[in-house]
Amino acid sequence: MAAYADLPVVEQAILTLAALVLVTSFALLAQSRVIATIHVFAWQGLLLAATTALVALDTGRSHLLISAALALGLKAMFIPWLLVRQARALGILREFDAVIRPGITLLAGGALVIFCYSVVLPVKQIAESITRDAMAVSLALVMIAMLMLVTRRKAITQVVAFMSLENGLFFAALTATHGMPMVVELGIAFDVLVAAVIFGIFFFHIRDSIETLDVEQLNRLSEIDE
Amino acid sequence: MADQLNPIAWLVAMLQTALFVAIAPLFAGWVKRMKCYLQNRRPPPLLQPYRDIRRLFAKHVVLAHTASPIFRITPYIVCGTAALAASVIPFVVVSIPMAAMADAIVLVGLFALGRFFLALAGLDIGTSFGGMGSSREMTVAALAEPAMLIVVFTLAMLASSTNLSTIVAATLHQELALRPSLLFALLALVLVGIAETGRIPVDNPATHLELTMIHEAMILEYSGRHLALMELAAQIKLTIYAVLTANLFFPWGIGESWSPGVLGTGALAIAVKLALLGALLALGESVVAKMRLFKVATFLAVAFTLALVGMLSFIMLETR
Repeated sequence: MAAYADLPVVEQAILTLAALVLVTSFALLAQSRVIATIHVFAWQGLLLAATTALVALDTGRSHLLISAALALGLKAMFIPWLLVRQARALGILREFDAVIRPGITLLAGGALVIFCYSVVLPVKQIAESITRDAMAVSLALVMIAMLMLVTRRKAITQVVAFMSLENGLFFAALTATHGMPMVVELGIAFDVLVAAVIFGIFFFHIRDSIETLDVEQLNRLSEIDE
Repeated sequence: MADQLNPIAWLVAMLQTALFVAIAPLFAGWVKRMKCYLQNRRPPPLLQPYRDIRRLFAKHVVLAHTASPIFRITPYIVCGTAALAASVIPFVVVSIPMAAMADAIVLVGLFALGRFFLALAGLDIGTSFGGMGSSREMTVAALAEPAMLIVVFTLAMLASSTNLSTIVAATLHQELALRPSLLFALLALVLVGIAETGRIPVDNPATHLELTMIHEAMILEYSGRHLALMELAAQIKLTIYAVLTANLFFPWGIGESWSPGVLGTGALAIAVKLALLGALLALGESVVAKMRLFKVATFLAVAFTLALVGMLSFIMLETR
């Protein structure tokens, strides 16, 4: 097996970008400001797009360039822009969504990464793609996004977590099999786009019915409490 | 290793340690000077820290009547461990005989020993400030030390050794590669260094504001030569972290043999690196605001996570 330093620079750059994507995932986990969470999500999309483009260049699969362009346009620009607009309309752009015990949540994230690595290890042995080392990272992205979903209270940060989960799936497809078939990829991209719009409508509905975006309020029945 | 029996190696190592301790106040003064320039203030002379230390040595020691022997021996222990820690770090030349006896984990242990006595001395007099400072210092240390150790482990895995000389030599000789693990380890080490040496945004070395001070609260009761030793120890610690950052991650230029020319180049290289790092530290301290004490835990959790991601990305991405 070749040592890490002998890999071509492009492959080293792909793995470094994968590690950076993992860091943005941790940043999402710990970030409590709504606006900063959306910004970090945009950065994650940008890094994903860059990774995809590099994989496309390295393997010569030109359809991945389309995926990269889609990721750049949707995940790094359009969806963050839409979320910021909705947050501004709801007046919660500068608000905080308190993370429950940030230190322990971060540690749990670290533990999840180790778990994902041990799960992926046998698959890594037989995989042939150049990005097989980053498979654990992509699984960790999914798990950390799930952790973020359960540690957040505000609907808007939960949506960011959900979108970041989708980023993880996209990344998993990229690292395991160099991307999905183009039809599937386009389908998912538009699904995500529609989801973002529908979530936006739901924000307003939730706010209208319980006057807050704090989903903890949905856990109890108001008639019984009163 | 023939280095252990080579008297020239020991001589160079001792001279190197003496040089390290001697330039520590200069580095602290340099950081202060750069900060003054950035904030449009008139800087003190570059040699001011030396004058302060000389002045403090000439003064009488005033001891509280409640002070126990621990209070009196602490300055010597703190300064001694700092100087000892300085002696195991490759500074001008890579292979030093001390590094074979005390590796990177012992280095963390030496810091812990000094800190333990510092916290005891803060509690010793019985003033509320001292106790508060000790409590805060131990809180910061309990969070910073694991992060520091993980950085050490990452580097140790890379070089297959915890010996600092071997690590620096390995980084120096390896092929240039884009390594995510080193990137995150560097960031984590910088954050830990900022927290451990009490710089902005964790602690402000320039004020005695009771609500926020950590290090200054513990040494509030010290005077005369004790205070001089404490200040020297803090300056050595700052320089240690700067030299660690410079030589572990950017080792280029460090001397690899004992000839005077190579040693001269090594000294010049580390001087340039320290000057740059000092300027960067001053810039960082000028643009970042001091954070609330309760945010420090999150700051160090970020450092720990970065260190952990660094180690994990070494295992996951760079081992094949």
